[in-house]
Amino acid sequence: MTDATATLSNNNVRQVGGSLLVLDERTKKRNAAEARFRRMGQIAVMIGVLALIGLLASILSNGLSSFQQTYIAVDIHLDAAKLDKSGNRNPDEIAKVTTFGYMPLIQEAIKKKMAAEGISIDGLNAKAAAELISKEAPATLRNYVLSHIDAIGTTVPFKLLASGRIDGYYKGRVTMASAELDKNVSPEQLKLADELKQAGILTTAFNWDFFTAPDASDTRPEAAGLGVAILGSAYMMLIVLVLSLPIGVAASIYLEEFAPQNRLTDLIEVNIANLAAVPSIVFGILGLAVFINYAGLPQSAPIVGGLVLTLMTLPTIIIATRAALKAVPPSIRDAALGVGASKMQSIFHHVLPLAMPGILTGTIIGLAQALGETAPLLLIGMVAFVREYPAAPPEGFFDPASALPVQVYNWTQRGDPAFVERASGAIIVLLVFLVMMNLIAIILRRRFERRW
Amino acid sequence: MNDATMNNALMSNVKTTTKADVMTESKISAKNVQVFYGEKHAIKDVNIEIRPRSVTAFIGPSGCGKSTFLRCINRMNDTIDICRVEGDIAIDGENVYDPKVDPVQLRAKVGMVFQKPNPFPKTIYENVAYGPRIHGLARKKSEMDEIVATSLQKAGLWNEVKDRLDAPGTGLSGGQQQRLCIARAVAVSPEVILMDEPCSALDPIATAKVEELIHELRENYTIVIVTHSMQQAARVSQRTAMFHLGELVEEDDTDKMFTNPNDQRTQDYIMGRFG
Ligand SMILES: Nc1ncnc2c1ncn2[C@@H]1O[C@H](COP(=O)(O)OP(=O)(O)O)[C@@H](O)[C@H]1O
Ligand SMILES: [Mg+2]
Repeated sequence: MTDATATLSNNNVRQVGGSLLVLDERTKKRNAAEARFRRMGQIAVMIGVLALIGLLASILSNGLSSFQQTYIAVDIHLDAAKLDKSGNRNPDEIAKVTTFGYMPLIQEAIKKKMAAEGISIDGLNAKAAAELISKEAPATLRNYVLSHIDAIGTTVPFKLLASGRIDGYYKGRVTMASAELDKNVSPEQLKLADELKQAGILTTAFNWDFFTAPDASDTRPEAAGLGVAILGSAYMMLIVLVLSLPIGVAASIYLEEFAPQNRLTDLIEVNIANLAAVPSIVFGILGLAVFINYAGLPQSAPIVGGLVLTLMTLPTIIIATRAALKAVPPSIRDAALGVGASKMQSIFHHVLPLAMPGILTGTIIGLAQALGETAPLLLIGMVAFVREYPAAPPEGFFDPASALPVQVYNWTQRGDPAFVERASGAIIVLLVFLVMMNLIAIILRRRFERRW
Repeated sequence: MNDATMNNALMSNVKTTTKADVMTESKISAKNVQVFYGEKHAIKDVNIEIRPRSVTAFIGPSGCGKSTFLRCINRMNDTIDICRVEGDIAIDGENVYDPKVDPVQLRAKVGMVFQKPNPFPKTIYENVAYGPRIHGLARKKSEMDEIVATSLQKAGLWNEVKDRLDAPGTGLSGGQQQRLCIARAVAVSPEVILMDEPCSALDPIATAKVEELIHELRENYTIVIVTHSMQQAARVSQRTAMFHLGELVEEDDTDKMFTNPNDQRTQDYIMGRFG
């Protein structure tokens, strides 16, 4: 018994009267434990940082190329004999010429260009040469002609999209070897592309269309853009902001400052906390059942997406706002009431301004969550293939649109590998929006907090 | 047992004489005030008359209900959900708990200074101007400037802050902040100023300044001050009320309370035997 106590005191208990210069066992152990913990923390942080770097690197390496696009410059003779047979420049008749009617014009133009530059590739006919140009090009020409009837009969310089495979050739996705096996592109076509590049006819430029163009079909990834998705997401964010901020703040102020403490408010409180944890897809089902099936709102419309996302965002905003209100020291309320301010005045003049940074941060975090939300939007039909831009608000809220995260999802489902690049590019755009929103949150917080 | 009965007899004696004395000239008169926090009976049948243009100190051990009773006078307790007040508190004969009375209007008449200095996180000027603004006391900027200046002068703060009225009120020292809070209370021209341990967060020099200020304010305002410091009560007040466990033990001239109290509990408290 005494032995045990003696060893114990030797190993674990600070030596009373020991020298300061000699570390006792206990101190050594504690220091070692601390060092170990510190290393573990560093490793944990490192893993996190590495994961983030890996993620960003993969997205950037896959997606950055979507901001560049290959174009082919050709002079197209808008042949009156083909586009306007009757010759009376009647828009209705010209509109009857389908995109197929424009294909020969492109073939002709490429042939002329090759002849002018003295380029000829063995075993490549005119039709195959014209395939270097995107299938989207006839539609581009047709739209141009329909809006410039006068141009018929003249020769107009165009910078047309190169096809997805040719674009991929310059982004390393397509090689001579892969072209051998690919029925969509031949090595001869790639050779022609190289010649055209040499001649300065085929060029690479910044892809503005990626931000403005609507989605394109499976066979023309080179034309697919985020225009409709960005508009749709912007409309939905607008709806979410306009609805959830006032409703959320009003509900929070009422619950926090006015509501009596009773079973009903307790119940409401618990339910709000629970709502924040409800899987988002459930909100999608709710949106489908209530807004589309019951209220009869159109499918795929930003209004429905906005309403669903509002429901999703409200709990986040309410929780953040209530926390911000709670954090305002009660002494400020007392001070205001003490000089004869009404409860409302004390809240709006003193409490709310102090809670503002927290409220704004919560709101923007809620909006950012909503911006990245995909599942509920799939259920309300926002995954549909939409090529028409929605109109300006408020009518546009009811037009079909897409949304950024859904567009990402959508593109990852497509067969053509060129869509991998598009999807990664869309993720970059989404991330940039999220970073911007967070910056706004930080700036607003600083702005409000600078008033001491 | 014997002691208690004697005390009770003494107490009722004190009460009746006090009442008779000041009936005609009391500013605040509380009758049978009971306060409950939920089940807890925090104030038990308190009757007191508070004289105008004088300083009345509330003393007593911590938790005896001084703050609670003080906050009944301007109905600050209304903000506490579970708090229930019974009985009458009349200011100039008007019951502040009359259903017709709006507590917001009452609080313009009965200002309050809190234990911890709590200036608004706004400029010094805004701190003082806020009350007059919401009550519409100034029509023009110049009138507001005037109110701010006189209020700060009355609070003895003018000379220290006149060059930096647009500096944040929260940037002042603790004592200055408390005087700013007094200026803020004074700015709405109250008749009564309630102070809940206004010096408990201040150093001795700042305390002396505030006490001096209370002394000057007495000429124009009825002041009720809660203090845990016997010396402070002796220095600033004319009347003192002693609370214990929610009861008003006794209430008398300050001089008499500190030299010759009627109640044993007061004596014990003053001698530092409890609390
Ligand atoms: N908001 C409240 N809720 C519940 N009980 C309270 C509250 N405020 C005070 N009390 C209780 O009322 C009694 C008197 O408190 P208080 O008036 O603050 O005492 P004092 O100011 O004399 O120290 C104490 O027992 C305290 O616990
Ligand atoms: Mg107190």
